[in-house]
Amino acid sequence: MNSKPETIFALSSGAPPAAIAVIRISGPKAFDAVCALAGELPEARRASLRTLRNSGGDILDQALLLCFPGPATATGEDLAELHLHGGRAVVRGVESALAGMAGLRRAEAGEFTRRAFANGRIDLNEAEGLADLLSAETEWQRRAAASMAGGAFTQQVEAWREALLRLAAMLEAELDFSDEDDVGEQEYLIISNGCVELHDAIADQLKFPPVEKLRDGLRVVLAGPPNSGKSTLLNALVAREAAIVSDIAGTTRDLIEVPVALEGIPFLFTDTAGLRDDSGDVVETIGIEKAERAIADADIVLWLGGEGEGPRHANLIEIEAKADVANHVRKVDAIVVSAKSGQGMLELIASLVSKGRNLLPPPDAFALNQRQRHLLRDTALYLSHASKAHDPLIIAEELRQARLALDALTGRAGTEDMLDALFGRFCIGK
Amino acid sequence: MSNRADTDFDVVVIGGGHAGVEAATAAARMGVRTALVSFVRDTIGAMSCNPAIGGLGKGHLVREVDAFDGLIARAADDAAIHYRMLNASKGAAVQGPRVQADRKLFKASIHRQVAATANLTVIEGEAAALCFDAGSDRRIAGLELADGSTIHAKAVILCTGTFLGGTLFRGEERLTGGRIGEASALKLAGQIRGAGLPMARLKTGTPPRLDGRTIDWAALEEQPSDDSGWTMSSMTAKRHVPQLFCAITRTNGDTHEIIRGGLDRSPLFGGAIQGQGPRYCPSIEDKIFRFGDRDGHQVFLEPEGLDSHLIYPNGISTSLPTDVQLSMVRSMKGLERVEMVVPGYAVEYDYIDPRALDRSLKVQGFKGLYCAGQINGTTGYEEAAAQGLVAGIGAASWILEREFPAIDRSNSYIAVMVDDLVLHGVTEPYRMLTARAEYRLRLRADNAGTRLTPIGIVAGVIGDARRQHYDSHASEKALLDRYLQQSASADQLIAAGINVKRDTGKLTMADWLRFPEVQLKDLLNVPRGTSLDDSTPAMWSDEVIAEVEQDGRYAPYVDRQAAELRDLAANERIAIPPTLDYRLIAGLSNEMVERLNASRPDTLAAASRIRGITPAALAAILVHAKRAQNADKQAA
Repeated sequence: MNSKPETIFALSSGAPPAAIAVIRISGPKAFDAVCALAGELPEARRASLRTLRNSGGDILDQALLLCFPGPATATGEDLAELHLHGGRAVVRGVESALAGMAGLRRAEAGEFTRRAFANGRIDLNEAEGLADLLSAETEWQRRAAASMAGGAFTQQVEAWREALLRLAAMLEAELDFSDEDDVGEQEYLIISNGCVELHDAIADQLKFPPVEKLRDGLRVVLAGPPNSGKSTLLNALVAREAAIVSDIAGTTRDLIEVPVALEGIPFLFTDTAGLRDDSGDVVETIGIEKAERAIADADIVLWLGGEGEGPRHANLIEIEAKADVANHVRKVDAIVVSAKSGQGMLELIASLVSKGRNLLPPPDAFALNQRQRHLLRDTALYLSHASKAHDPLIIAEELRQARLALDALTGRAGTEDMLDALFGRFCIGK
Repeated sequence: MSNRADTDFDVVVIGGGHAGVEAATAAARMGVRTALVSFVRDTIGAMSCNPAIGGLGKGHLVREVDAFDGLIARAADDAAIHYRMLNASKGAAVQGPRVQADRKLFKASIHRQVAATANLTVIEGEAAALCFDAGSDRRIAGLELADGSTIHAKAVILCTGTFLGGTLFRGEERLTGGRIGEASALKLAGQIRGAGLPMARLKTGTPPRLDGRTIDWAALEEQPSDDSGWTMSSMTAKRHVPQLFCAITRTNGDTHEIIRGGLDRSPLFGGAIQGQGPRYCPSIEDKIFRFGDRDGHQVFLEPEGLDSHLIYPNGISTSLPTDVQLSMVRSMKGLERVEMVVPGYAVEYDYIDPRALDRSLKVQGFKGLYCAGQINGTTGYEEAAAQGLVAGIGAASWILEREFPAIDRSNSYIAVMVDDLVLHGVTEPYRMLTARAEYRLRLRADNAGTRLTPIGIVAGVIGDARRQHYDSHASEKALLDRYLQQSASADQLIAAGINVKRDTGKLTMADWLRFPEVQLKDLLNVPRGTSLDDSTPAMWSDEVIAEVEQDGRYAPYVDRQAAELRDLAANERIAIPPTLDYRLIAGLSNEMVERLNASRPDTLAAASRIRGITPAALAAILVHAKRAQNADKQAA
């Protein structure tokens, strides 16, 4: 829509892991991005196998590239497709390399189609399809805003919106009618308290885990020094050879992710490179940084290192691994596990399942997706600013931003709604 | 102003109220031959209701019309007998300059300014009928007067106020006419109704006028004129009219009893008035009916002029019978023995659904027909004046084949109002409020010139004197802005006696202005180390200092809106062809089609502001707009 559109990218195949993952890039910098990844631009409209590297020169994947010069493309812009190996780490690596490039950003939902519209790439024959698409989009919005508990989330957002409009109306009355009767200074305290109350209500909702946890699984990260038996334990948990296991310290140089359901709860196990600071191997050092990030993002951490030496994490389970190798007395509670003999495995699984139950959204609550949580976080942030500000103009501006964020959740907007609230509730005017 | 018996013009303006005079003088300033037609020459520039100009939101409009070199702010200064900055204790963006205006002085100033305008002819007469081109009943050719004569013109601007089918109500009485004592333009109203424009009815009211000599002023709380030296127009060097005070009284339980006792004789409650009245300016009987639990409402007693005994009791607009009105006012403190000179009344009138207009206030589907002011469903002198300016510039730009000026919601209240009108229409008389402007932090009354005079210069609507004034203000401001890009440390500020936190470190002086405790004048006194150029407060005018200080106050919030404004601008660039048939767009609901057809948004951004238009609907409109454009290109 913009005269100089940004370049967008997105994973356009299903969620990884899968055999192949397709990332599409559309916009004026699409080919620059391909060059940056592959070192050169392959011939147009011809599938070419290339090695993709990030800006640091690390190999990301061997991928099949397709470049389509605009405007005769699906979006009407320069378009590139990267056919990657479908592992999560590979997809994430390529996505973050793209996100790091100037002028590129992740596409919003439906944005490729919007661009196709904008550039007239949908011809008259497809007009009928448009109606379908519209209803699909409406359905998407409905689904996005509707809770898993059947519309309860929409009702909740409406109630918050009502409360927000009431606060805004009270403040606007103070700004637009203070010369007149009937509006008093004590309103400020009511407004400030109202902001706090609404902020707290929204913050409470945000404490529930996101819906992605249900879809993608709880992230369980196996962490510990090199050769502490992480990969062996992972293999035991998933009962197949997902990670490379050897006796040489530092074998697992990248993250290995394995989805597993335990007693109906989805988990995503991640094996990390051994945590140690003295690694001289550059590739491994990068693996370690990734491991630290993975731990920060984890829902549960299984620590296989020294007693009490694990990373700070709310859900840390200490494991005395290699029980079959060396047995000794521990001070810190730990589950003693032998991957080889199977000792302690049931106890570990029970512990994971019980923690997992607490981490997933309760079945009767609505789980929010990232977009919804992002917008609610913004709303709460603006409300918090508003409650702390003293200048009524600033409070009003923060409330306006909060309203925009909340409106984006339901797809409605309008100053007129606020004015309706204003006039309906106050006796103002001469 | 010339009075030659010329009958050949570019633009004819019907009506000499606030909309009419701004429309006529704006068109004339742009150099097109303009005629202003009024029933009676003397009523040009009359203030028909309250004797005040400005207020919250309205003061912004006055300053913006002034920035386009309009008349109303200068006339207000010429007539101002009481100045008051509303919201003075709040941020500059919501401060509302307001003056009580002496009716005679105001009218005299308007007459003087109209007379001094080149290219403008005043014609006394009754507008009887619009004339259309022989080849097309949708292209304006001129105006026929009641005496049978014809004025030729390419464009006609209707600024007829409440004169279209106006009916006055007072108790059981009914009168035809827009204001007391004037006949309504029934014939013209009939023709406009016949032209198939969407019309509806609205209601407004006015309070009784009191004889100030019969008021016990000593018993009442006084409200003096404020003593700072600000003026309505940036072209007014200083205040020059003697200042009077206003007073405040209140309604009480007795007043409310009297009103309740008369409700059955009120046309508002007897069902005689159908039109919707303004919620923010309700009649006193409305207030009592809707908010019966309140023990009293403030009433401002405002003098109508230096040599007039008339007092305007602001807050008790009413259409109760005369005898009830008298008992009502006499129940209030200080008014126990008051004499009522003219009783209040309600007016019900026709208005044109403004969704039929485009953003230059031209009637869509017609060539050369414009509407401005109360006829578009607004209330207030300021709203009328601003629309008159828009329509005058719109008609002249069209005739001169120039682009319509680049005003939008992010740079003016004027555009906010026009956008609201043409997209949403009205359900009650439209009044400006600061709450309507989402980018209010950047739309201050004190920076109207900076925001809009450059746009006016491009449009060719700014006279030489204003242009010189603007140029000197702008260059002074640019110098000060540049000076403030230098940095100063917290220690430097503290040493100069400014109370800031030491750990704030070093900021540009412009950034220091974000802190409310930092005054620009103090900042300019910060001792200059080797790093700072020389500057003292004395080097800069008060206006520039005040404006730059306020620019700095809200800069972070203004910056935060940048992304929002980029989206807006991008969507403003996508034009929707006026011929687009919304019924053919799959996926739009009937309600959306109806609203889009009524408003006919000209850009995608405008369509997005119409209530109930979803992002999905916008995408569909976008495809069709693009397709229509491509089809046009191929055809061409």
